Amino acid sequence: MDAMLHISTLHYLVLGAALFLLGVIGVLTRRNVVIVLMSIELILNAVNLNLVALSRYWQGVYGPNALHGQVFAIFVITDAAAEAAVGLGILIAFFRNKETINVDEVNLLKW
Amino acid sequence: MFLSHIWLIPLLPALGATLMFFFGRRLQKSSVSAVCVGVVVLAFLMACGAVWQYTAWSSTAEHLHQPYQTILYTWLGTDTGHLTYATHDGTPASLQADAGFLLDPLSSIWLLFVTGVGMLIHVYSIGYMGHEGGYYRFFGYLNLFMFSMLTLVLANNYALMFVGWEGVGLCSYLLIGFYFHRKSASDAANKAFIVNRIGDAGFLLGMFFIAWYFGSLRFVDVTAAARSGHFAIGDPIITAATLLLFVGACGKSAQLPLYVWLPDAMEGPTPVSALIHAATMVTAGVYMVARSNALFVLAPKSMMVVAVVGALTAIFAASIGLVQNDIKRVLAYSTVSQLGYMFLALGVGAFAAGVFHVFTHAFFKALLFLGAGSVIHAMSGEQDIRNMGDLAGKIPTTFRTMFVATLAIAGIPGLAGFFSKDEILWQAWKYNHYLWAIGFVTALMTAFYMFRLVYLTFYSKPRMSHEVEHHVHESPKSMTWPLVVLAFFSVTAGYLGVSPSLGGSNHFEKFLEPVFANGAETVEAPPAGEEGNRGIEYLLMVLSVAAAGAGWFMASRAYGNADKGFTEPIAAAAPPVYNTLLNKYYVDEGYDYVFTGRRKLGDVRLGTMGLGEASSWFDANIVDGAVNGAGWITRLTATLSSWWDKWIIDGIGVNGPAILARMLSYPARLFEWGLVQWYALVMTAGLVGFVFYYVYH
Repeated sequence: MDAMLHISTLHYLVLGAALFLLGVIGVLTRRNVVIVLMSIELILNAVNLNLVALSRYWQGVYGPNALHGQVFAIFVITDAAAEAAVGLGILIAFFRNKETINVDEVNLLKW
Repeated sequence: MFLSHIWLIPLLPALGATLMFFFGRRLQKSSVSAVCVGVVVLAFLMACGAVWQYTAWSSTAEHLHQPYQTILYTWLGTDTGHLTYATHDGTPASLQADAGFLLDPLSSIWLLFVTGVGMLIHVYSIGYMGHEGGYYRFFGYLNLFMFSMLTLVLANNYALMFVGWEGVGLCSYLLIGFYFHRKSASDAANKAFIVNRIGDAGFLLGMFFIAWYFGSLRFVDVTAAARSGHFAIGDPIITAATLLLFVGACGKSAQLPLYVWLPDAMEGPTPVSALIHAATMVTAGVYMVARSNALFVLAPKSMMVVAVVGALTAIFAASIGLVQNDIKRVLAYSTVSQLGYMFLALGVGAFAAGVFHVFTHAFFKALLFLGAGSVIHAMSGEQDIRNMGDLAGKIPTTFRTMFVATLAIAGIPGLAGFFSKDEILWQAWKYNHYLWAIGFVTALMTAFYMFRLVYLTFYSKPRMSHEVEHHVHESPKSMTWPLVVLAFFSVTAGYLGVSPSLGGSNHFEKFLEPVFANGAETVEAPPAGEEGNRGIEYLLMVLSVAAAGAGWFMASRAYGNADKGFTEPIAAAAPPVYNTLLNKYYVDEGYDYVFTGRRKLGDVRLGTMGLGEASSWFDANIVDGAVNGAGWITRLTATLSSWWDKWIIDGIGVNGPAILARMLSYPARLFEWGLVQWYALVMTAGLVGFVFYYVYH
């Protein structure tokens, strides 16, 4: 029972991996760019979860000052916000040109 | 003073015409008449002064019988010798035509009667045209005509004469078509212009022959050269040149076969018919032949042609005149016939007699036309003599003056026509008895148709409607006094040229002698036979007087009591002859078939329109066919070339390698599909692949 209640680092990593997988599947399968962007957020958050979980794990080994993972997660959140802004900007420009936000209808980049 | 300013005489009417052209529309009728009649009166007075001075000048010892020539400037070509050409014998001559004027007895006569009769007709027109629209236009054209005619008469070379010649043709066209809203008038104007063009072509060619043969266009030079004895009688070039000049004369003076325009020209206002188509312009051909007399004398064959054409025209037109019903047409055919007389005289070498007839004819024929105008005026526009009758008492002045003119043209002794016509008949007799016979019959016909006109118009029973009869009135003074003046001259003009056989001294011929002073051998009869001939001359004279009397008598018998529905004696005796004459020998129809092509001969169209149709067919089928054929071949080759380009060059040469490259490159394209998610999938797959590789390796 005690073992059941204890949430180890591994649990976090499994959850992160599941989120990451969901994000990848979303990116690969969904046509709507907004959902694709949301899926990318899932991937980033899965990474953040990993970073935070492992940072917590390394605090147990090296002491409370081992905060690199958590700091990095803050960077990733910042980066995600910037990425969302740029992505949505592209999305609006894209909609103005094509009157659609379906990613499979933008296939000009080929030869 | 008059003589040295002789160039003013044509320029005065030109001034009038110019004023009418620019300002006529804005002028009152009274000022139009004042200007236009005024300049012609001035021209007449100057002409009298110039001729008077010339007679004095030419009787001085140093200028004895010389023509007076004044040259204003070189009009055509240069006097620097730049424009030279080789004459027939290779000597260079410079192309040069002066704006120069020549006054000699011949042009003096024309100058006097053109300005004199022209002046009277201008005055007459004030009354006749008073109620018509286009008053200023009419007088402007008349003045322009006077300018052209005087240029023609006073020119000192063929080229300037041709300018006047074309000018009078133009004015004739404008005035025949004066009532241009009437189709018949504009057709008649076109006809006159086009027929005259044929003659003018002859004149031009004749002129070129002269320039080439004599190296000059001046009358004095050409005459002097022709009389120098260098050229043999019967010289073929001179014969050709004179024949071509005569073609021009035929056009302008309405001789066979180019006379057809003159009867139609009666569509113009009556003063025009009197001035242009009776008295002055139509005598231009006579003037031109008389002016070239030195050349014609060297070409006996041309002379014979002139005489024969003149005689045939005389009898031909007179016979048509016998049955015409339009008062002006009778006079028109009479004019053609009298012009034939003049050419007969010229052709038999009696130049002075021909000119004399021109002179007398100008008065009585102008009078006849003006009288006819007065009759038409009185009859409210009616021109058919079948609908007239018994006008003698109602329009007495017109009647008396016209009667005088009829006596004159018929050749009743004592009046102008008698002297000139008898002179011609006598000269014709000396040349050839047949020509005399034709002239004699024509004289009989002339008397008949003229008295027919007089009886049907002035005597017999009134045949007009009551309304018209009620309106009959004598014309205004401005119309009657020119008639009286002309009647005076119709009587007296003949006494200028009474032949020696009648006790006169023929001043007229003496006056003209310097112009026609040719080698005596061609014209004068040998003096030895003079006395023996005198008897024949009297006999001929009596015969022609008898013919005139007989014509008068027959006309009075036939028409003296003509009532409504009277019968024509010729129609009663021989209907086919009457119909042929009434239809003018069907010459117009014949011309329509053969020359204009207005009518088809069966299915074939001949003449100009036939030529036009043939050309049109040739153009549409042969020329355009060739064009279309070339186009078709071009299109075919273009189609083949395009096919070759599209399928062989583009298909195999250009697109072939492209298609090959595309097919070969297809697998490579799989990596660059263009779909973002495909890239992501590939990336993911690669990542998964790497992970598996490293995990299980």
